[in-house]
Amino acid sequence: MTDTLTPVLTEPWGADRSWTREVYEAHGGYAALDKALAMAPDDVIAAVKDSGLRGRGGAGFPTGMKWSFIPQENPNPKYLVVNADESEPGTCKDIPLMMANPHVLVEGVIISSYAIRAKKAFIYIRGEVVHVIRRVQNAVREAYEAGHLGTDIHGSGFDLDIVVHAGAGAYICGEETALLEGLEGRRGQPRLRPPFPAVAGLYASPTVINNVESIASVPSIIGHGADWFASMGTEKSKGMGIFSLSGHVKRPGQYEAPLGITLRELVDLAGGMREGHELKFWTPGGSSTPLLTAEHVDLPLDFESMAGAGTMLGTRALQLFDETVCVVRAVLRWTEFYKHESCGKCTPCREGTWWLVQTLARLEKGQGSEEDLDLLLDQCDNILGRSFCALGDGATSPISSSIKHFRDEYLAHLTHGGCPFDPAASTVWAGSADQQEVTA
Amino acid sequence: MTLEQSTLDELAEIAGRYPEARSGLLPMLHLVQSAQGKVTPEGIEACAEILGITPAEVSGVATFYTMYKRREVGDFHVGVCTNTLCAVMGGDEIMATLQDHLGVGNDETAEKRDGDAHTVSLEHVECNAACDYAPVMMVNWEFLDDMTPQKAVALVDDLRAGNEVHSTRGPRLCSWREVERVLAGFPDGRADEGPSAGPASLAGREIARERGWSAPSAGASAPASGSEE
Ligand SMILES: Cc1cc2nc3c(=O)[nH]c(=O)nc-3n(C[C@H](O)[C@H](O)[C@H](O)COP(=O)(O)O)c2cc1C
Ligand code: SF4
Ligand code: FES
Repeated sequence: MTDTLTPVLTEPWGADRSWTREVYEAHGGYAALDKALAMAPDDVIAAVKDSGLRGRGGAGFPTGMKWSFIPQENPNPKYLVVNADESEPGTCKDIPLMMANPHVLVEGVIISSYAIRAKKAFIYIRGEVVHVIRRVQNAVREAYEAGHLGTDIHGSGFDLDIVVHAGAGAYICGEETALLEGLEGRRGQPRLRPPFPAVAGLYASPTVINNVESIASVPSIIGHGADWFASMGTEKSKGMGIFSLSGHVKRPGQYEAPLGITLRELVDLAGGMREGHELKFWTPGGSSTPLLTAEHVDLPLDFESMAGAGTMLGTRALQLFDETVCVVRAVLRWTEFYKHESCGKCTPCREGTWWLVQTLARLEKGQGSEEDLDLLLDQCDNILGRSFCALGDGATSPISSSIKHFRDEYLAHLTHGGCPFDPAASTVWAGSADQQEVTA
Repeated sequence: MTLEQSTLDELAEIAGRYPEARSGLLPMLHLVQSAQGKVTPEGIEACAEILGITPAEVSGVATFYTMYKRREVGDFHVGVCTNTLCAVMGGDEIMATLQDHLGVGNDETAEKRDGDAHTVSLEHVECNAACDYAPVMMVNWEFLDDMTPQKAVALVDDLRAGNEVHSTRGPRLCSWREVERVLAGFPDGRADEGPSAGPASLAGREIARERGWSAPSAGASAPASGSEE
């Protein structure tokens, strides 16, 4: 039996100077690199395939398979791009990972680049997290100093350079082809696929794009073996993953566990919901994954079970809301986010998100009528599957799922002539008037 | 306002980091902001000239990304997360309190009063990947975790007064322009400041330690790769 929590990536977090090469190496860091360099690149790809690792950035595509799509006979240079844009609402795992343990990412980048035969790799970090950028810049510098980067790494003949690249504020740049546009110095608007980045990505050359946590998992897979990784998790969702609990739970934070743990188990570990309150709705993997309710807490948090419940595992960003929260307010705010972040390239999303906000805002104020709910669902229908990229699809998730689970609450806004909830009741400091004085 | 030669050299240096120079544009615009306090027409011209593209193309990029500013922000640019989770947990109330306290709307800089050492600007921001510390604020893109309206007011007062302020999960706060330079890829040597992680980041790891849980055979000498079985 595997333990309930299995800290691997999070294990060194919190240790004194955990972000330095010295501490990372003292705990066995960069040993997997030597092991990988002694293997044939194709064997590294095979190990990652055998491990069952699926992308940790949301879509869950098998990582080893993605790497094997790189056409090695293509004469262009190959590139590895790490997606460190972490901006999906609720998602907050890659940022603490890079802050506390940037070297595991750097080691992962070196092994992964070796596997796909890239000599240049980029780490695209959202710009709004300067201290994380400092730590990654520093780790890359230290890795060069130790000969883990540069030419003839560890005498293997393999050369690699890493460029740390700061973004500039745009959720859409987390979408992999928009990210490539940003990395090429353009507006971050998604590209038509095919061709897929594996064939024509950065500078129209074969490119692998992977999430931070995916790449950071590679050293442990090489170090401990594919079977070790695959011994955790469920049949088709292997390995450990970081689950991010936020909201009205007693102990929010990062919980690294085998895929397939349930929300009930996680919330129990976190001490339950805040005193005197109960879970009302939650996102399994960020705001773009359809909402679930208290009914769904015993479902395994893996790719298949979440799909079976009509939602997605996404980034395991578990945002928990208790009964004080108005679902209409929550959904309106997310929808405003999608409208703001729509890149404007395609009409269904650009115009559609604008209309969604209009309709929702009226409902939230208690204006409009019950038909507006059908109008909303109709608008969602016109966006879902008709948009150029998954941002548009994601924008419809909170709306259609909330109408499915909480139709009555929308209607209550109409009968009540506005929102029947008190927003003050949802705050961290609710019910503690004196606590406010104390903290003042 | 003209750009100094040293800045022009550094802009060219950024472009040189990439196989194709244009890839440097995002960090180059960060450097322009560091040198000039915003994206200026001269900065746009300089980037265009170095990259061999038109100023209109540079402008088109600059206007796409929210971190690029056409108007100067304060020495300390304060962001309040008002995406759903933080908003619900109190971010909306913090934003309203600060607007009232500073006498500004969204994306405005508060007036510098007699005796103020520094200026402060205010903006609402989207999810900043710190939801386990909600409600969250950013100051010059450093984390200020677990905020309350009272803490937020005290924070901006300290910033205006010139008192030293530290990020809850990072270093001593420095100016917006200094931070923009780090984003351009010129490290400031402060990576070692601040903790490894905040308390919420460590929640699961601590519980695992208390209960003696770990990943299977972690730490055991590594078996061979999975293809061997
Ligand atoms: C709007 C949008 C935003 C995204 N944001 C991110 C992100 O911040 N980080 C990330 O790794 N993937 C993000 N993705 C998913 C990426 O497109 C891509 O699937 C992922 O980086 C692949 O890496 P993986 O296979 O390792 O998960 C986003 C997708 C969309 C549609
Ligand atoms: S779906 Fe939205 S974000 Fe994606 S390409 Fe269309 S407009 Fe841009
Ligand atoms: S919602 Fe505020 S940091 Fe995520």
